[in-house]
Amino acid sequence: MTVEPSVRVEDKLFYNRYLVDVGRPHIKVRAHTKPSAQLLALLRACPARCYELNDKGQVEITVDGCIECGTCRVIGEPTGDIEWSYPRGGYGVLFKFG
Amino acid sequence: MIEERFDAIVIGAGMAGNAAALTMAKRGMKVLQLERGEYSGSKNVQGAILYADMLEKLIPDFREDAPLERHLVEQRFWMMDDRSHVGLHYCSDEFNEQRPNRYTIIRAQFDKWFSSKVREAGATVLCETTVTELAQDAKGKVVGVRTDRGGGEIHADVVVLAEGVNGLLGTRAGLRERPKPDKVALAVKEMHFLQRETIEERFNLEGDEGVVIEAAGTISRGMTGMGFIYANKECISLGIGCLVADFQRTGETPYGLLDRFKRHPSVARLIKGSEVKEYSAHLIPEGGYKAIPQLYGEGWVVVGDAAQLNNAIHREGSNLAMTSGRIAAEAISQVRSRRAPMSAENLALYKKMLDDSFVIKDLKKYKDMPKLMHTNSQNFFLTYPQLVSRAMQNFVRVDGTPKTEKEKVTLKSFVNARSWIGLFGDAFRLARAWR
Repeated sequence: MTVEPSVRVEDKLFYNRYLVDVGRPHIKVRAHTKPSAQLLALLRACPARCYELNDKGQVEITVDGCIECGTCRVIGEPTGDIEWSYPRGGYGVLFKFG
Repeated sequence: MIEERFDAIVIGAGMAGNAAALTMAKRGMKVLQLERGEYSGSKNVQGAILYADMLEKLIPDFREDAPLERHLVEQRFWMMDDRSHVGLHYCSDEFNEQRPNRYTIIRAQFDKWFSSKVREAGATVLCETTVTELAQDAKGKVVGVRTDRGGGEIHADVVVLAEGVNGLLGTRAGLRERPKPDKVALAVKEMHFLQRETIEERFNLEGDEGVVIEAAGTISRGMTGMGFIYANKECISLGIGCLVADFQRTGETPYGLLDRFKRHPSVARLIKGSEVKEYSAHLIPEGGYKAIPQLYGEGWVVVGDAAQLNNAIHREGSNLAMTSGRIAAEAISQVRSRRAPMSAENLALYKKMLDDSFVIKDLKKYKDMPKLMHTNSQNFFLTYPQLVSRAMQNFVRVDGTPKTEKEKVTLKSFVNARSWIGLFGDAFRLARAWR
């Protein structure tokens, strides 16, 4: 799961403004022991790289940098791998330009 | 929270939602518009090009105070391989007209302005409010919404779903399917800031003139996708998008693709020294005519991206959104003026009116294109751009090779790559889908 060395998504996300709804993530990954192909695809398809593998080989999400595009919903919701809602009103990413 | 009843509730304050809310409010309807962002625009992402004609139908004098960036005098199409681009540029002084046809805009700023017009028209606009569910009666008729502000249901005669490409509510209520990975593209975009003069020099512009570049080729690495570079006043919108199914299949990363696009020699010189101020991503409906869901039902209509109304071939979406929002509102208003109920039977008028408009006519024209582009993505986005680039290089490089020999080399490269049957087949399929 290597990412092109010159691209650091974390740096890109610093440009953005967020209002994080602490303790209320709007996307949840279903508990699993071995991740499905769909879940593994999210590691690379998510443009904010919110999905990562933990040391047990499970896929985890940190929604703080989410830019609310819905790509993971399209891939991961049909299989039940993830649960997707929008953040509460006013929370999440706040685009200055959009 | 809100005890009263509304004539209509509009969910979402993007192009479609604002057009619908404005149109209904202007016709004296009591409208509530709900938006989950801090303000209209704070969740909205687009390239973005604004099409004047469709906005004039809503706000004829919009040029007086709308936050517009540059009026477009030039359109460039680039077919790219790794180190070159073959360009088709159309630049005309005729676009320097009294009422320019297209503008670049910055959505967060534009939508805020658009929303102020909606409020002026008398609609109640409630931001920072996420609709969590459609309220339905025992027979499934949509009668209102529930929001995350609590306070129970808010009722209306009709609900306009302008919730965007990734709208959850319609799907949750069983009104339409979730978009499929091969029917939506994921686009990522950055805003690159430069001195105004630098942009004008690099893009060969004067004053408020603008240019947009649409690019396809090896930049999408064989996936169905396109890049774009739009000149705003003091920044450049730059992005690239590919079908979600292709990202899923190939394991390419969206930011990796964006980075390669930015480093392409034709692109790097345009953004050199820029300061990036935002990174965004959005889905784009790419399924075309065949992906359009049921557009109306008992107590509801769906408009804009939520209805998959996007012309991928012409890169038009916001105008289809605005137009569908306006037409839905006009249909609703007609039903209302007859004092008829907002039933599926009566709201079918919206679809009839939309069918008669350019929105559905254009999408119908290209109904076979999405599939063709997807199933032949290797050819159209990788093989042909490489061949054309090679052919152009062969054509312009002067090296003492007789021209007839050069032509033979070029022809042979095409036949070797695609075979005669392949070449004619591709031309035939493309012509048939374009027809």
